[in-house]
This record gives sequence, structure tokens and C-alpha cells, in this order.
Amino acid sequence: QVQDMPGGPKVLQINLHKGVTEIAESMHSLHMMMLIICTVIFVAVFGVMFYSIWAHRKSKGFKASTFHEHMGVEVAWTVIPFIIVIAMALPATKTVVAMKDTSSADITVKATGYQWKWGYEYLDGDAKGISFLSNMTTPYDQIEGGAEKSNTYLMEVDNELVVPAGKKVRVVLTADDVIHSFFVPELGVKQDAIPGFLRDAWFRTDKLGTYRGQCAELCGQNHAFMPIVVRVVSPEDYEKWIAEQQKVAAK
Amino acid sequence: MSSTVVGHAPDHHGHDDHHHAAPTGWRRWLFATNHKDIGTMYLLFSFIMLLEGGTLALLIRAELFEPGVQFFRPDLFNQFTTMHGLIMIFGAIMPSLVGFANYMIPLQIGASDMAFARMNNFSFWLLPVGAILLTGSFFVPGGATAAGWTLYAPLSLQMGPGMDMAIFAVHILGASSIMGAINIIVTILNMRAPGMTLMKMPLFCWTWLITAFLLIAVMPVLAAAVTMLLTDRHFGTGFFNAAAGGDPVLYQHVFWFFGHPEVYIMILPAFGIVSAIIPTFSRKRLFGYASMVYATAAIAVLSFIVWAHHMFATGMPVTGQLYFMYATMLISIPTGVKVFNWVATMWRGSLTFETPMLFSIGFIFVFTIGGFTGLILAMAPIDIAVHDTYYVVAHFHYVLVAGSLFALFAGTYYWLPKWTGRMYNEKLGKIHFWSTMLSFNVTFFPMHFLGLAGMPRRYVDYAPQFTDFHQIATIGAFWFGFSQLLFLYIVLKTYRGSGETATAQVWEGAEGLEWTLPSPLPFHTFETPPVVK
Amino acid sequence: MSASHSVQVKEAPYYYVPADSAHPVRTSVTMLLILVGAVTWINHVPYGQYLFLFGLLALFINLYQWFGDAIRESESGMNSKRIDLSYRWGMGWFIFSEVMFFAAFFGSLWYAREVTTPWLSDMDHQLLLWPGFTGQWPNLGPAGIVSHFETIGPFWLPTINTLLLLTSGLTLTLSHHALRANHRKSTIFWLFVTVVLGFTFVFFQAEEYIHAYTELNLRFDSGIYGSLFFMLTGFHGFHVILGATMLTVILIRLLRGHFTADHHFGFEGAAWYWHFVDVVWLGLYLFVYWF
Ligand code: HEA
Ligand code: HEA
Ligand code: CUA
Ligand SMILES: [Cu+2]
Repeated sequence: QVQDMPGGPKVLQINLHKGVTEIAESMHSLHMMMLIICTVIFVAVFGVMFYSIWAHRKSKGFKASTFHEHMGVEVAWTVIPFIIVIAMALPATKTVVAMKDTSSADITVKATGYQWKWGYEYLDGDAKGISFLSNMTTPYDQIEGGAEKSNTYLMEVDNELVVPAGKKVRVVLTADDVIHSFFVPELGVKQDAIPGFLRDAWFRTDKLGTYRGQCAELCGQNHAFMPIVVRVVSPEDYEKWIAEQQKVAAK
Repeated sequence: MSSTVVGHAPDHHGHDDHHHAAPTGWRRWLFATNHKDIGTMYLLFSFIMLLEGGTLALLIRAELFEPGVQFFRPDLFNQFTTMHGLIMIFGAIMPSLVGFANYMIPLQIGASDMAFARMNNFSFWLLPVGAILLTGSFFVPGGATAAGWTLYAPLSLQMGPGMDMAIFAVHILGASSIMGAINIIVTILNMRAPGMTLMKMPLFCWTWLITAFLLIAVMPVLAAAVTMLLTDRHFGTGFFNAAAGGDPVLYQHVFWFFGHPEVYIMILPAFGIVSAIIPTFSRKRLFGYASMVYATAAIAVLSFIVWAHHMFATGMPVTGQLYFMYATMLISIPTGVKVFNWVATMWRGSLTFETPMLFSIGFIFVFTIGGFTGLILAMAPIDIAVHDTYYVVAHFHYVLVAGSLFALFAGTYYWLPKWTGRMYNEKLGKIHFWSTMLSFNVTFFPMHFLGLAGMPRRYVDYAPQFTDFHQIATIGAFWFGFSQLLFLYIVLKTYRGSGETATAQVWEGAEGLEWTLPSPLPFHTFETPPVVK
Repeated sequence: MSASHSVQVKEAPYYYVPADSAHPVRTSVTMLLILVGAVTWINHVPYGQYLFLFGLLALFINLYQWFGDAIRESESGMNSKRIDLSYRWGMGWFIFSEVMFFAAFFGSLWYAREVTTPWLSDMDHQLLLWPGFTGQWPNLGPAGIVSHFETIGPFWLPTINTLLLLTSGLTLTLSHHALRANHRKSTIFWLFVTVVLGFTFVFFQAEEYIHAYTELNLRFDSGIYGSLFFMLTGFHGFHVILGATMLTVILIRLLRGHFTADHHFGFEGAAWYWHFVDVVWLGLYLFVYWF
């Protein structure tokens, strides 16, 4: 029986992830706001329509009116939506500005998309110089259907991207071959990785845990098989992890 | 004989001095210059393409019924996705709308034919060329292109010869569209019957006038985009190669400068069809005709300045994101005007619910859902969360299938009696509607959930947590697909002459020039232009 | 009641709709041959180029026949004023589509210069990807995979070419005025001069290409600059050839006595096209050669 995936999709999930970062949370609440406004308008408009369908039918002997213009309502239903749209845009603007502000990061990691895996390289701080590749570990016979699928099927890797909690992490993205996209729903991050160019995104979370995402830009045959797994650890564990990595590298 | 134009009964199969008797047999179709015949061919062709694209969709859905890779290699799956998109858009939806334009516009404005009758036939016969190239590309080494219908560089630079065939197919289909659009624009601008002023034209003609303008403006841009792909692939240019100073994102800008207006190319004529049908079955004039025209024009103008909402995740500067977000959101205003006008047309009408009306109401209802999800996508932060997930897939099937395709069904039922002289089977029509409407929502509504939960699109395989909604979608898709065979059956049966004979007016509330002509339509119509008061 | 579009009919029909015709479908078949030929050719399938060339030849033959028909109809008076107007609208919108085609490349040029190049050479990119890339225009690309080339400035060939084209626009207008005034001789003379100027332009352009390839090492694969340079000038040159060919056809038709002072859409359509090609060149001259 399939269970919710920790840090990944839940069974029968019907909404955005609540998210563990500020940005992901505002994405979620923006979406809720939009959903409510749109539902209200929808119900209003189609309430009118279905009333008309119910009441103004020929089979009930309803005779058609002849009006076909009305300056007042036509202006009203141009202007009011305009106001609604502005009201929607305001909070979104705030989030966009916050989302795009990658300045003054505590840690910078360079992520490189390859066909079909990710490479990570720490650019500053204690972890500077650490770099590794991150491959999907789901075995082939699970994909082919021979073995039972694990709970983290397709969203598990050998080397996770490890970052400390509470720190602003800037991910600098590029790609080696074609465009890939670094997408981790729980962190509220999606950013294309473009070959020959750098793009960046950022996240910060206090919640320890493992967060899973997948490549979100068609990149060839194994596009579905290059997941992204981010493990958020406490600052102490982060230091420990760095030490381990450096030991491995020294060998 | 002095003047060649003599008033004569419209069913007079003219052998007066300026044209031949109606050609017969295969020549009639192969060499056609008659707008109705060409329109018929367009519609037939696009339906075949719908079956082909639909079959590909069903293969996609079959593979996605369960997690794991069951039937198709990932690469083949990507070919299916890509070709499904290309064939549906360039093979099914666009040609069918041009088919309606060909058939109906001359009738609605009182013209004898399209402005350039031979070029009209040429536009049509280029379509099979494109279809052969697209379909044939499955059978060349490496198979069809698997880069997505958007053909993003640099992935599209890696493909085999199938990609070149797709590029040339896009060129040729684009050329066909441009010629078709020129024909439509000129017909509307220059061949209206005396008294048929622009603001008296049926709205369908207006929407097509504006659509044709969009086509002429953006199809060449697409041609330029894929030409650059071609030279990057074979002639060493570096347009999309950063190492040579180029930029993959440049491709996306050029592509979406075409691509966004393209989606309105696929919906505006559908708006036109619906705007013809709603008043008929409401027995009431279209509400706000003038504002409908202005709204259509506004949508068209705005469509040129919003393209980068497809590219929020590429990492634009913050000002770019904000600008494209605002501009995109504005489009909901003129579109809203249209929705409100349709509802106001129905308001206090005398409504009946024949199949065309059902499809039109279904259109408004479901298209609006798609419009709202579009608006939600336009919000850049939300788009970042759902870009390239099934949420987008849900959005565009709501506007394309429930939008364009439903309107096409509506239009077919609406004008079929005029074309064939027979009424279709109303009962079967209603079954077709309900079956289509329900299965459509079963197929595509769960995709919103998938997308919100983070299921990326163009994936051959997925995490088991997504299984339930995928299975519902697959069941719905097969139901939807097989419902369309019923449509085929209804139309064929009507063509073969079963059903009541239709009157000239066909529908009680129908108004406009096409309804003054007998059903079925004679081969030549309006050789003498009618006078419109 | 004879069925024909016989040549004697003097009064044009209200709107002449041509009878069924084999040209369109045949032309489509030639398009298929050309495209399949092109695909096979560029993918190095043996004999692809022959298929391509055969298709091209077939296309020319078809178009010759098709346009021949159209010209005969026009000359036999089938084309009313209204059809004439249709042709005008049609040509106008066709040229608009061409404008958009070039606009896409000009837009790409702008983007490459003003967005891509600065982006590739900003601090982050210098630090992490392209050390030392300074981002001038033109550039060799940041990766050093483009071999060094020199560019072509406005002097002197492009300037001469500009003058050629501008002059040709003038002579074409003179020819048109002469046609309207029914001076057939000077119509033909000025049109002839126009065509000569046009082909001279093509000749110089070919010279320039040879110069670029052999002496400047400026090639189609010279990075983004070379790509844009040859794409823009190449498509323009192709359109000049097309326009000059149209004008040549018009010249031949004039020599055969076609056109009258007030019925000469063919002439005007080709002339509009020529002016369009002219304007595109001015864009090239400014944005490709000067700045
Ligand atoms: C017929 C085709 C069609 C139509 C009509 C639309 C209409 C709209 N689309 Fe859609 N779109 C597509 C086809 C279409 N789209 C396709 C094919 C893609 C994907 C391409 C790909 O990547 O493969 C896409 C993708 C797409 C994206 C990118 C998603 C992504 O990849 O991340 C966005 C983002 O902004 C978007 C927005 C919109 C908007 C705002 C509208 C608006 O026009 C909708 C306006 C309508 C309404 C809003 C409803 C009615 C209005 C009212 C009742 C008035 C009151 C309402 C308010 C004031 C709130 N679309
Ligand atoms: C314009 C139109 C259009 C239409 C009408 C459709 C119709 C359908 N599409 Fe769509 N689709 C697109 C345009 C369209 N699509 C585009 C542009 C994409 C993006 C491509 C890309 O990512 O690049 C896409 C992508 C897309 C995906 C995502 C694929 C992926 O990301 O990997 C899916 C998945 O479910 C899907 C499903 C369907 C289904 C089930 C239908 C159904 O409505 C189809 C119903 C079926 C039929 C109408 C056919 C009936 C046939 C039979 C019953 C069989 C009988 C057979 C014979 C007689 C031969 N489509
Ligand atoms: Cu990498 Cu998709
Ligand atoms: Cu769009």
C-alpha cells in the first residue's frame, strides 16, 4: 500500500504543498486566495446563467426580450474585473520581489544539470570545494515492474544536497547539455538550469527534513529519472557532514 | 451578353459565361476551387488528424495508467507527447477552424467564394504534406522528434532526422496558415455584399478577421524560430548555443512570441462560433455586439505583449516577471466581457437546448474554468510552483478541448443541416454531448490535483502517490476518445441522407445570410451579391 | 451560354472565380518532394539533393503554368476592379507577413546584443563559467570555440549597395509614372534599369560573401555574430533575388504588351515588394553594418 512520501507528494494530494519556506507558504496562500476569488466569480456568473437556463426556457413559454445592449452594465463588468485583477496582483507582487531576491545568501551552492543527473558544488563557507554528483537510485527492476516500488520510488538519490537549517541558501544553476529545471515543491523553488548561463534561486527553512523534487524541464529520454533531494540538517550536523565529506575527498 | 452577372436562383448550377459546371468525381476535390468543397476537405482532414492525435493521447494515457514503464520506452513516450501536441494544434484545431472559415464566411457576408480560390485549394493541399512529414517522422531512424511541441533548443538540436521533418512540417503548415489567413482577410475586407458593413458582420467573421491578422503576424515568427533551429542543427550557426555567444532562451522568446498569440488563434474563432449559436437558441440578439468586437480586438492586441508568462521559470529579472504577470492578467478582462455578454444574451431569452446549444453552454462553463486556471498561472509565484506540471496540462486542455474542440462540435451540429440538408439525430447528439462533457471532466479535472501536488509534465513514469488521479484520467480519456466515434457516426449518417429534411432556416431563431440559402447548399451561392439592408 | 473563360469576354464578371485547377495540388506535391529531398540531403542520405533539385524544378514549372493562367485571365479582362483590389490587399498582407519574418531576426539581433552578451559577461558568469569573457559586440563567444574573424563595416561595398537599392527604388518609381502616363518605352527603360541595379546588388553581395569567407574568416558558423549576419543578409539577398525575378517577369510582360495605364496590378505588386526589400536593407545597413 502506497504511503505519503516524506518531503514529497502525498497520496490523493489535491492542493499545493503547504511548504516549509516562506516563499512556498506565500505561494500556497496566494493560490488559496485565487481559488476563492475565482470560485466566487464562477458561482456568481454561472448562478446567473443557470437561473436563466432554468427560468427562461421556451418550454416554459418564456418569451424572449429584445434588449441587446446596456452601456451601464458593460462598463461595470469591464471596470470591476479590472479592480479585482489589481487586487490580485498586489500580494503577488510582494511575493515576486521576495522570491527573486537572491542577495546576501549565507551559503551558495552551484547545481549543474546533466543528462540525467545533478551535480552539486559548494561555493563558499566551510563546505567550500565539496562537490559530487547525485544520481537516482531507484533500481531498474522497480521501473520495469519486476520488483515492488518503494515509497520514494523515482525520488531517491545516492548523494543528497545537504544544507543547514535557518540559513539562506542560494542555488546557482547551470546545465551542461540541455535545459533542466530544479524543482522542489516543499521549498517553493523551481528554476530552469540553462546551459552556458547561470540562474539562481534561494530558499531558507527552519524545518529539518528531506525534501524531494524532480527535474521539471523536458531534457530527453530520462527526464523523469533525475530527481532532486535536499536534506536540511541542523547547523551542527551540517558541520559534521562537511567533515565527513572532506575526509572522503582527502582519501 | 453584356453584364455577366444576372440574378438567378441560387440553385442554378451556373453555366453562365464565367464558370464551368460543377466538376465531378475526384477532380471536384483534388482540383477544387469551391469554398464549400475546400471547407469540407479541411474539416475532414482535421477530423482525421484529431483521431491520430487522439490515438497518441490514448497511448500516453495507457502508459500513465500505472507507475512504472509499461508499454513504451521513455523516448518513444516523449515522441508521442510531442507529436500529440503538434498534430492536435497544427493538424486538428487550426485546420478545422480554417475549414469553418472557408465554409461559412462567404455565406455569412454574401460573397460568391473566397477571394483567391486557387490559393485556397493550395492552402489545403499543403496540409497533407505537413501531415505526411509529421506522421512519417515516426518511421525514420531515431523516430519522431521528442523535444515537446515547443521544440525547445538545445534539446531539439539533439534529435535525429525526425526533427528536421517536424521543422519542415511547421514551415509548410505555417505557409498554409498564412495563405489561408490572407485569403480570409481579403475575403472579409473586399467581398462583403453591398450593405454588409463591418459592424453588421456576424461575429464569427469578426473573430476570424482578427485571427487572420494574428496568423499573418506570428506564423512568420515561428518560421524564423524553427529556421534558426535548422541552421543550428545542420549549418553550424550558434543562435542557441551559449558557447558561441548565443542563447537557448532566445529560442523561447521567439517561439512564445508566436506561441501565445497562437493560443488565441485557436480560441477566437471558437468564440465566434459560440457567439453565433447562443443568440439563435436564445431567440434573442447577441448582447453587446460592439463590445464583443472590441473585446476580441483587445485580446488580440494584448496577446502580443504577454508571451513570457510561459517563461517565468527561465529566470527573468524581477521587472520582467512583474510586467509579464500584469500584462497577462489584463487579458482576463476582455475575455470576461465575452463571457458576461454570452450570459446576458441568454438572460431573458427563450431558450431551447439542442445539441449545438448544449455544446456552447458547455463551452462557456468549462472554458471559464480553464480561463481561471490561466489567470492563476499568470500569477508568477504560483506559476513557479506549477509550471511544467500537470496543472498546466489541465489548464490548456480546458481551454483547448473544452474550448476550441467543444466549439467545433457545436459549430458542426449547428451548420450540419445547412451543409447536408438533413437534420442530424438530436437524441444521439445529446448523448454525444453529455458523454463528452462528463468524460472530459473526468479526464482533465484530476490533472489539476496532480499538478498542484507536483507531478511534472512530459513524464513517462511517476511516483506511486500520483497513481489514483492518473488512473481516473486514463479511464476518462478512453471514455472521451470513444465518445468521439459516436460523433463520427452521427455526422456520417447525416451526410448519407438519413434524418428529416432541413428547412432553409433550419433553426427557429437563426438569423443571417447563410440561413436565406436552401439546405443543402447549392454548389454556387451568392453569385449575385445579395443586398443587405 | 457557352462555358468558358474565353479570351473575348470584355466585361469582367462581378467576381471571377477560376474553374477547378490542377495547379495547387501539383504544387503541393512538388513541395513534398522538395522537403523530403531537403531532409534527406541535410541528413546525408544519398541522392537527397537530386530529389530536392527535381522538386524545385517541378515547382518552377508548376508556378510558371499557374502564373501563366493567372496572367492570361488578367489580360483577358476577367479581373474586375474588385479582384484587382483583392490582389492589392493580398499583396499587402503578404508583405506584412514578410515584415514579421524579418522582424523576428532583427529582434534576435537586438536580443543577442543587448541581453545575451551582457548577461554572459556579467560578474557571476565571469566568475563561474566564462572567465575573461568581456562581452563586446561582436564577439567570438565565451568558450573560444569560434575562430577569429573580422567584420564588414559600412564602407564601401554596403554603402554602394545602399545607393544601388535606393536608386533602383527611384528608377522603379519613374517606370511606374511612365506606365501611368502610357509611355511604354520609358516604362520599359526604367524598369530595365531597375532590374539591372537589382542584379548588380546581388552580384556585389556575392562578392562580399566571398570576401567574408576567404579573407575575413567571417562565416555562417562564426558564432552568434556570423549566424545573425548571414541569416539576415542571406534572407535579404534571397528576397532581392525574388524581387528582381518578379520585376524581370514584369519586364517581359511589358515587352509582350501587357498592362495598361490603369490596369497593372502585377507591376505594382512587384514594385511594392521591391520597396519592401529596399526598406529591409536600410534596416540591415543601419543595424548590421553601421552599429
Ligand atoms: C485556447 C488556448 C488557450 C487560451 C484561451 C488560454 C488562455 C489563457 N492562458 Fe493559457 N495556455 C495554453 C492555451 C491557452 N491559454 C497552452 C496550450 C499553454 C501551454 C503551452 C505549453 O507549455 O505547452 C498555456 C499556458 C499558459 C501559461 C503558462 C503556464 C506554464 O507553462 O507555466 C499561462 C501563464 O500565465 C497561461 C495563462 C493564460 C491566461 C491568463 C489566459 C486568459 O486568456 C484566460 C482568460 C479567461 C478568464 C479569466 C475566464 C473568464 C473571465 C471572467 C469570467 C471574468 C472575470 C474574471 C476575473 C476578473 C478574475 N496559459
Ligand atoms: C489542441 C488540442 C489538444 C487536444 C484536442 C488534446 C486532447 C487530448 N490530450 Fe492533449 N495535449 C495538447 C493538445 C491537445 N490535447 C498539447 C499541446 C499538449 C502538450 C504537448 C507537449 O507537452 O509537448 C498535450 C499534452 C497532453 C498530455 C500530457 C503529456 C505529457 O506531458 O507527457 C496528456 C496526458 O494525459 C494529454 C491527453 C490528452 C487526451 C486524453 C486528449 C483527448 O481529448 C483525446 C481524445 C481522443 C480522441 C478524440 C481520439 C479518438 C480516437 C479513438 C477512440 C481511437 C480510434 C482510433 C482510430 C479510429 C484510428 N495531452
Ligand atoms: Cu533534466 Cu528533465
Ligand atoms: Cu500564453
